[in-house]
Amino acid sequence: MKTETTLGIAAALSCAMGIASAAHADEMKMEKCYGVAMAGQNDCAAGPGTTCAGTATKDYQGNAWKLVPAGTCETIETPHGMGSLMPKEM
Amino acid sequence: MTLPRKPGLGFKPEHFPTIAETRPDLGFFEIHAENYMGAGGLPHAMLQRLREDYALSVHGVGLSIGGPDPLDRGHLARLKALCDRYDPESFSEHLAWASHGGAWMHDLLPLPYTQETLNLVCDHVDEVQEHLGRQMLLENPATYVLFDNSDIPETAFLSEISRRTGCGLLLDVNNVFVSCVNHRQDPRAYLAEFPLAQIGEVHLAGHEEEDLPSGPFLIDSHGREVAEPVWALYAEIVSKIGPLPSLIEWDNDVPAFPVLMAEAERARTILEGQSHALAS
Amino acid sequence: MLSHRDFARSFRDAIRGGVAPENATACQPAETERRFDVYRNNVAHSLSQALARHYPVIERLLGEECFNGTARLFIDQYPPRTPVLTEWGEEFAAFLAEIETFQSLTYLPDVAQIEWARSRAYHSADADPMMPRDLQAIAQEAGEKLRLFLHPSVQVLQMLTPAGSIWASQQPGGAPAPTAAQWAPETVLIARKGLAEVVTRTVPAPIGRFISALLNGRTFAEAQASAGEGFELNAAFLLLVENALIVGAGRKGGNGK
Repeated sequence: MKTETTLGIAAALSCAMGIASAAHADEMKMEKCYGVAMAGQNDCAAGPGTTCAGTATKDYQGNAWKLVPAGTCETIETPHGMGSLMPKEM
Repeated sequence: MTLPRKPGLGFKPEHFPTIAETRPDLGFFEIHAENYMGAGGLPHAMLQRLREDYALSVHGVGLSIGGPDPLDRGHLARLKALCDRYDPESFSEHLAWASHGGAWMHDLLPLPYTQETLNLVCDHVDEVQEHLGRQMLLENPATYVLFDNSDIPETAFLSEISRRTGCGLLLDVNNVFVSCVNHRQDPRAYLAEFPLAQIGEVHLAGHEEEDLPSGPFLIDSHGREVAEPVWALYAEIVSKIGPLPSLIEWDNDVPAFPVLMAEAERARTILEGQSHALAS
Repeated sequence: MLSHRDFARSFRDAIRGGVAPENATACQPAETERRFDVYRNNVAHSLSQALARHYPVIERLLGEECFNGTARLFIDQYPPRTPVLTEWGEEFAAFLAEIETFQSLTYLPDVAQIEWARSRAYHSADADPMMPRDLQAIAQEAGEKLRLFLHPSVQVLQMLTPAGSIWASQQPGGAPAPTAAQWAPETVLIARKGLAEVVTRTVPAPIGRFISALLNGRTFAEAQASAGEGFELNAAFLLLVENALIVGAGRKGGNGK
């Protein structure tokens, strides 16, 4: 068992090194993070930020109970059928 | 250790490559403390790098200094860790509250100015300064309502906090303008009462204007250029007391870096015009 | 007279839909509620924006309006208990699972879990990868007692839905989501490579079990044994090495790293 494991690791390591030529960790990669063009997406998972600003957008208004999914989920097929099963006119 | 009496900018990660590459001529950068409380990764790597080239202002938004709850000890500890790690030239927070019963609302909420709240805020400021082992600056708020039990003017309230605790003040000129327009008061009268000698930093930001039946209603949105009347008030303050560390705040709809630099240059013109005037 | 504590409570209630606190006023008192709306709005806006930044794919999947409505319900039930917004929102996946109109979207809570794990990985502590040469030397020495220490950002999610592929389908240039015929459980590896790149990759289940076992402190040999049928050691190592995820190694019972 011992030899097997050791040999396994050694082989796997040389293989990994050959292909990956070791990863470089310390690049401040910004383009990957902020170059995303598609709307509503943030490839960088930066997490929410806090600010001390107010906003003029009226977000507290509107009806919170009309939770009818109407995004890209409508194009995703599941074993239960396409997208949302809820009728559109709720 | 104090901030240079020059223009500074709020740091936005999307501007990091430009800043690292061009090393713009700025006195300092300011960050929101709560955005740098993760353990590691890019936020800290960028901040570390920024710190090598610039003075730093750490600006808290979550301490809830004006709230009835005791200050969150865990949060104080994290602020201390952040300040110890980056040794900023300034730490500031707001005359406002944000949490109640352990739940945070994530807005800077207003408080009535009374003997009760004065004592409370002074205790909290004392606690922060003791805990961090440094002087802090306290910022005047932008407000949208008044309280009928407020019996101390905001300027007197801030003066007294500064006098009792030894804290400095952060004068947000846009907040002065927003609050005074909203409450139909004269911003020059407010500034005449403000303890200008205690100012450790100035904030400048843009606001939005809405209409109410009684007249204009301003919202401190930090989403556009500083308004002309705010520049005018700023120039008057600088001509009265000389150059001050002056931050351009732009937190929503953040524009390309040159747009922020143009605002900083405008502040520089006012600051340098004044230092020439004082020198001659 | 209203104490400050009572004032704060009534202010909070007003933000959650009640009337403005009794001491709130304005130069035109009739405008008080209208002016107070700024606070109601700021709180709702800052929190729903914070949630959207944690869960951009959920927002895309549900659409903006539906997401904002969902966010408002979530904010009401799970208000932040912390001043640090990056730490708020972990319960969102479980919350989505309870919403009746989302019952057919069985993958939604799984996608939310992926997004939460990505946020955690983004902010996790730093650790430099081991040089493969050093790793090889320790592996020789430790033999079957070899333990591997992975980057603090490494997380493995075992999903009943193809949530990894669905997440990827929502990224720029992503392949289309699986069809109903291709529907299958997925194991997703989430980790940060270097400082900024959050790797989000669907991996074979045995590799997921292997990595989970390493995360649980098992030795290399134990992890390999628990990986089960179809485990490919080379592929597992390639994945870990090319993403700089092995940050230490030692001998079980020893004090080395």
